Amino acid sequence: MTYIQLSYGDLLLPALLVVMDGVFSLVLRLKLEKQLAVATVRMVVQLVLVGYVLTFLFAAVSPLWTALAALIMVLFASWEIVARQKRRLQGVWKYGLGAGCTLLAAGTVTMFALLTELRPDPWYHPRYALPLLGMMLGNTMTGTSLGLDVLTNSLVRERAGVEACLALGGTRHQALLPVIRDALRSGFMPIMNSMAAIGLVSLPGMMTGQILAGVEPVDAVKYQLLIMFLIAGGTGLGTLAAVLGGARLLTDHRHRLRLDRLAAEKSA
Amino acid sequence: MLTVRGLKRLHLSVSFDLPDGECVALQGPSGVGKTLLLRSIADLDPNEGTVKLDGMLREAMPAPAWRRRVTYLAAEPGWWSDTVQDHFAAWEDALPLVARLGLPDDCGAWSIQRLSTGERLRLGLARALMLRSRVLLLDEPTSALDPAAAAAVEGVIAERISDGTSVLWTTHDGAQARRVGARIFVMRADGGIEENRP
Repeated sequence: MTYIQLSYGDLLLPALLVVMDGVFSLVLRLKLEKQLAVATVRMVVQLVLVGYVLTFLFAAVSPLWTALAALIMVLFASWEIVARQKRRLQGVWKYGLGAGCTLLAAGTVTMFALLTELRPDPWYHPRYALPLLGMMLGNTMTGTSLGLDVLTNSLVRERAGVEACLALGGTRHQALLPVIRDALRSGFMPIMNSMAAIGLVSLPGMMTGQILAGVEPVDAVKYQLLIMFLIAGGTGLGTLAAVLGGARLLTDHRHRLRLDRLAAEKSA
Repeated sequence: MLTVRGLKRLHLSVSFDLPDGECVALQGPSGVGKTLLLRSIADLDPNEGTVKLDGMLREAMPAPAWRRRVTYLAAEPGWWSDTVQDHFAAWEDALPLVARLGLPDDCGAWSIQRLSTGERLRLGLARALMLRSRVLLLDEPTSALDPAAAAAVEGVIAERISDGTSVLWTTHDGAQARRVGARIFVMRADGGIEENRP
């Protein structure tokens, strides 16, 4: 397996493409140049840092350091889920629901892959565990945040219908079922679209990376299929847990709709 | 008999009895808390106090079972499915009642979107009446109806009252309150109620 190594100097020319975007923004008065500059600097700093961190972790092969890195990744994912919500839960569940669901979903499928498919030695080897967890978190986070966003917005919009069902003796499950179904459909949609388009419209980043690193395309495809199956499972699990958990938290034991448990709407 | 003692929700603080087969009209300015009171009795909002039906605490039964006995009808009934008949457990059984309320037989297949405000009110009422609840908590059930439709609604409810159903009926129409209510409660700004004989 051979690959063409890049130096940091080799990245200067491609970086000019981002400068080109900045020029477009200036010429067309899009006012995106500052945002673009900040995003570019963040990306470079974050990726360079993570490169060094991963190098350290791969050399250490310590369960403690690996677990700490995984915990930090989950915390960032739960923060990101909250940031994407227009309406947020109050109190400990604001971050707790997203963190719990992403940890449950991404953790379960990552462990499943490590213990049954990849079987590295040791099983928590950070070279396998962390990139896998990262991919699972990224995709689970999308499904979870979309599902929760649709759930909370639909409950506010459909409040009269939900409460009419409750007032006529419906249980909270019966009353919320149409909204729960909508939220689950929305959460599942990105991964389903991605699965349908993959290979025809898009070549996934991981597969492209492996091919550029010298892996045979057929072998890279097998890895990608494994990842897609894991992502589909993780997204399903995470979205289901988040939407059902959210529905539970927004109702109470007396089958009442509790929209008072949502914080005030985030301003645009 | 519905017994309400020390029911508290926000500024509300209310106690009263509602015997079987009696209708009490509830009046008061907009925003004073009439809807809040009805919703609290139905246990749709968190509240404190003792509410009993025939001596049985509402907390002694699951909330859905309570609401099938003590049913709240909102001033603007909500809908959770696309067509009218989807909202009824047995649409065929509801047809005679729907016809009495002045709606055509084929309205079961109508989309909710095409219903006028008055049609929504009457179908919402028919849907609630199909439960044959012991107590009806009606929030301005005729506010958007023409006199003929309002009279039809009053007639249907009067029959239920004579069959033993208790009704708490909010209205801004003083004449209607005197017509339908054996007693009239007036809600004060401090959240209490006082009783007037019609």
